[in-house]
Amino acid sequence: MAKVELKNLSIEFGAFKAVDDVNLTVADGEFAVYLGPSGCGKTTTLRAVAGLQEATQGDILFDGQRVNDQSPSERNIAMVFQFVSLYPNLNIRENIIFPLKARGVAKADIARKLDWVVEIFKLGDELKRYPGALPPGTTQKVALARAVVRNPAVLLLDEPLSAIDEQFREEMRWELGHLQRELGVTTIYVTHDQREAMSLADRIVLMNDSKIVQVADPQSMFFEPNSEFSGRFIGSPSMNFVDLIPVDPGFRLGDSQAILPAEAVPEHVRNAKRPIRMGVRPRDVQLVDGAAPIEIKLPVQDIFSVGRERYFTFKIGDGLAQGVDVRAEAQGAATSIGLRPEGLKFFDAQTGHRIATDEVAA
Amino acid sequence: MTVTDQSQNSTPTRRSSAATGRKKSSGRLMIFGFLSPTLLILIFMVAYPIISLISYSFYNFSALNPHEGYKWVGLDNYTYLLSDKALWQRFIFTGKFVFVCVSLQMVIGIFVGYQLQKKFKGRDVIFTLLMMPMMLSPVVVGFLWRYMLNSEWGVVNYLISSLGLEKVLWLSQATPALFAAAAADTWMWTPFIILLATAAFRGIPETIYEAAEVDGASPAYKFFRLTLPMSAPVLFIALILRLIDSFKQYDLFFALTGGGPGSSTETVSFAVAKTAFNYFYTGEASALAVILLFIIIGLSMILVRHLNKMGEKY
Repeated sequence: MAKVELKNLSIEFGAFKAVDDVNLTVADGEFAVYLGPSGCGKTTTLRAVAGLQEATQGDILFDGQRVNDQSPSERNIAMVFQFVSLYPNLNIRENIIFPLKARGVAKADIARKLDWVVEIFKLGDELKRYPGALPPGTTQKVALARAVVRNPAVLLLDEPLSAIDEQFREEMRWELGHLQRELGVTTIYVTHDQREAMSLADRIVLMNDSKIVQVADPQSMFFEPNSEFSGRFIGSPSMNFVDLIPVDPGFRLGDSQAILPAEAVPEHVRNAKRPIRMGVRPRDVQLVDGAAPIEIKLPVQDIFSVGRERYFTFKIGDGLAQGVDVRAEAQGAATSIGLRPEGLKFFDAQTGHRIATDEVAA
Repeated sequence: MTVTDQSQNSTPTRRSSAATGRKKSSGRLMIFGFLSPTLLILIFMVAYPIISLISYSFYNFSALNPHEGYKWVGLDNYTYLLSDKALWQRFIFTGKFVFVCVSLQMVIGIFVGYQLQKKFKGRDVIFTLLMMPMMLSPVVVGFLWRYMLNSEWGVVNYLISSLGLEKVLWLSQATPALFAAAAADTWMWTPFIILLATAAFRGIPETIYEAAEVDGASPAYKFFRLTLPMSAPVLFIALILRLIDSFKQYDLFFALTGGGPGSSTETVSFAVAKTAFNYFYTGEASALAVILLFIIIGLSMILVRHLNKMGEKY
């Protein structure tokens, strides 16, 4: 087990900066998930931790020791790749014990460790088969078994579930989370799937355009996005955004005629003297029943009921926004929406940063 | 879900079964139409010669004097050949030659191919240059090496004597001639192994090596445990082709040693050619060619079977 630190890590491919000045500490035993859109530099960062990619600048430390110059095999890490990386010429048993054999572990130890992972992953029936004959879900299980069989200090997972069927993926996700807690191994997991990140992570590291945007636990990441990007990327359906145009009194919502009362916008935001963009999660928008703290005249367009919840769209000027009414019974008219004050987040419309208050750490 | 799937599938199946009969017969005609040119060529170029070769092998006759007629001798040609000690010598010599040059070619070819799989500056130029010997005619290569190995003024002996060593009579003694021929054949055909080996090695995905690197495998462990077994099917094809090709080596020896001294560097193919076109014992030469043919077919069958077994595993 180890603590992993990245200090001012930059990785360049020619003129392209794939990773730009990244700083991060992953605590011993922590499950950190790198989340971000394709090409944001998350896999490159992971490969640098593995030693498969050289850092252009900055340091990578394991337990305070600089490992930049160590080869992947010297770092005592294990990695599961996005695409199948099992050795096709070896059967499952040989695949799993490959890292042990390659390091010259004694036969008795190999047998004991093999029994242990086979038990965990329930691979007893597959040992004699070859990777080509297994479904994708099982191959990734084998890849995981191969990764944990030698108790690595750090477990690196590069979108390990993306090649697996939706249904099986869910199951694997639970197993993976359970396994990580049981083994207590420091884990860095890369994904572009926010649901995976939300359900697995102790902490999410949100990346965009080669930089870290926000580091937070899933709860804070969802409820307190520090930027417009965080708000948009996390949550499904994603956060609604609208520019606030100061009028007297209050703020006009984008190009609509609807007015947000001035007292709905906190004082520090009003005083910031910056162009304001408001974000609100669909779950903080309700169909109005007269009891909403903030009621705004905006036409509701469509309402779909999905069992307990009702998804609806409403128009802000020409734009369409989404809301989710979590109350079971149908209520509210089709001409107004209600906003929950604690769900309103305010961002600098130019930089995309959250307009900071004392209680929100940026 | 399952129910809908089945009903969707069953409709087109039923509809198509009505037209199947008509389609089948026209399809067969089409297949035959496309195959017939190749089939005709194969029949005239392969089947007919092989059948006549086998039938000649049961006769005592000479293509030089066809008017003397054919005399049926049954298996006499075979019994004569197989009891001929000189012929066994040729088999032994051919075997030695095949063993030496195929193992040299495989080892060097795989090694160089492995190096060429890595990315470095000038790799493509080196690769192209390495391929050149393969483009030459074996007789040309034979003469080229004959000049280089000339005991009086050849460049090889020049280098040897400039090192203060004694000159070697490369082409007038059986054993040095064997190695000389093997060297020439290796020079010419190793590029072929390099070509196939490089292709096989490059076909192995990069992530496999990365996974092995992370798993702590040393370069040698990676090579012997992963690279070599994973490219085995292709390397086996290369091996089959080289075995067959070097087993019927004739032109190189023709140019290099002329089979001499005496007949000590005659391969089996050389003997076939000599019997057929120097002595014009057509029946006997045919029998020898049949023996050679069966050895080569047997050899390739063993390897092809092995290849199929490996194919099933993946």
